[in-house]
Amino acid sequence: MTIYLDNAATTKMRKTAIAAMLPYLDTIYGNPSSLHSAGQDAAEALLQARQRIAGRIGASPEEIIFTSGGSEADNQALISAARIGHKQGKRHIISTAFEHHAVLHTLEKLAKEGFEITLLDVHENGIVLPQQAADAIREDTCLVSVMYANNEIGTIQPIEEIGAICRERKVLFHTDAVQAAGHLPIDVKEQNIDMLSLSAHKFHGPKGIGVLYVKKGIPITAVIEGGAQERGRRAGTENISAIMGMAAALDEACTHMDDCAGRVRILRDKLIAGLTQIPHAILNGDAGRRLPGNVNFCFEGIEGESLLLLLDDRGICASSGSACTSGSLEPSHVLLAIGRAHDIAHGSLRLTLSEENTEEEIGYTIQAVKEVVAYLRSISPIWRDLVDGKKDFMIK
Amino acid sequence: MALYSEKVMDHFRNPRNTGVIENADGVGEVGNAKCGDIMKIYLKVEEDIIVDAKFETFGCGSAIASSSMATELIKGKPVSEALALTNQAVVEALDGLPPHKVHCSVLAEEAIRKALQDYYGKRDAKDICE
Repeated sequence: MTIYLDNAATTKMRKTAIAAMLPYLDTIYGNPSSLHSAGQDAAEALLQARQRIAGRIGASPEEIIFTSGGSEADNQALISAARIGHKQGKRHIISTAFEHHAVLHTLEKLAKEGFEITLLDVHENGIVLPQQAADAIREDTCLVSVMYANNEIGTIQPIEEIGAICRERKVLFHTDAVQAAGHLPIDVKEQNIDMLSLSAHKFHGPKGIGVLYVKKGIPITAVIEGGAQERGRRAGTENISAIMGMAAALDEACTHMDDCAGRVRILRDKLIAGLTQIPHAILNGDAGRRLPGNVNFCFEGIEGESLLLLLDDRGICASSGSACTSGSLEPSHVLLAIGRAHDIAHGSLRLTLSEENTEEEIGYTIQAVKEVVAYLRSISPIWRDLVDGKKDFMIK
Repeated sequence: MALYSEKVMDHFRNPRNTGVIENADGVGEVGNAKCGDIMKIYLKVEEDIIVDAKFETFGCGSAIASSSMATELIKGKPVSEALALTNQAVVEALDGLPPHKVHCSVLAEEAIRKALQDYYGKRDAKDICE
């Protein structure tokens, strides 16, 4: 038995997405850049996929650049905006403290090249306020990049309002929508988005394929050189089967979005209610303004990796922001950004649901987490000190 | 998970010697919660033989397994032998640890050494009193 609760890491592919890919791994194998009919068959499929994907986010087909995934899209968006800013003598970028590393590490690279980076505080509830962006924008600001929804704690950011501020102040606005695409509505025009990143495998599509949306007229820097594909903005023969799978997965996700989100939200709230019963546990991120499938808790007195291993023994696939799980010494930068102490951040558990999860699985998971947390606390010296009153509980 | 050897998983899933020894002859605590690992080892010593060892650990799978294995390796042994226990011996007994987890075995070595220092301190104090 496997209960898969790590859908923020990746999702199981939809049958329709697999079916959409197969012909392009088999009979329709031409290169869309070729002039012959085999190539043109592929080119026709590529064009249709591009139109469908553009339609799902309120964009035009020529505003879609296919990339290898969310990370590449984030890199390209930031590097392009920096290049544009540099030409205008604007070398200031605004983002948030809890972006994905694809954004943060690119910003670190740009900082070494002389860009000044302002990372906005995300508060204890994990939500940045539009006014913070308004206050941070300067004469030399060339880009604001704020994620649509956080990958660890699922909190949804006010991107439409931030986008409106950026538009008014004539600053480019990028959003990393990797966790949001297929789960929350996207309309790049209504939401005032200049650039947006998404990744297919987060909405039941294939891995290794994503999109960078770029509003018409914004000059984009090619990060990968070597050919005229994607109008010279991203070289390399298109991964057609993956693109077809992504288009099918996005179609299905958008068609059933409200229905799926409604069902998943019920399971999420049930899981949150169950885990809240554990003493000295706290939900990370705002309880209401979060992704339909995201649950993230800290449990005082235990460490996340051992929690994950014991849950895995019981068939539950989960994730943690503990340092041990990432191979680094620091716990999750997201949990630190919302003000969790190091000791607490090590004891975090992320459970991310999909519409395939059942009420029964949620009930089983609540029971399993309760038992494993209690067991790990029973062998934890920190827990003993807390219970004996030698230390004060940080989570009441 | 293939991250750990079967031996590590066995000692993690079924840790030996968890708990507390009341009125222990030596107690050693190392690590800190900020870094995500705390190990506390309790020893009972009779005539320079470690007759019992127990531990409490806050930490990852390899930290718990290292504590379990280290206490197994010193139980019934003379204090001098326990003092000579190296982290490498713990790693070998566990059939290896991933490179970024070797520090867990170092913590186990340090915790035992600290518990033994505590034991010597208490014994000397007792000798002086008597």
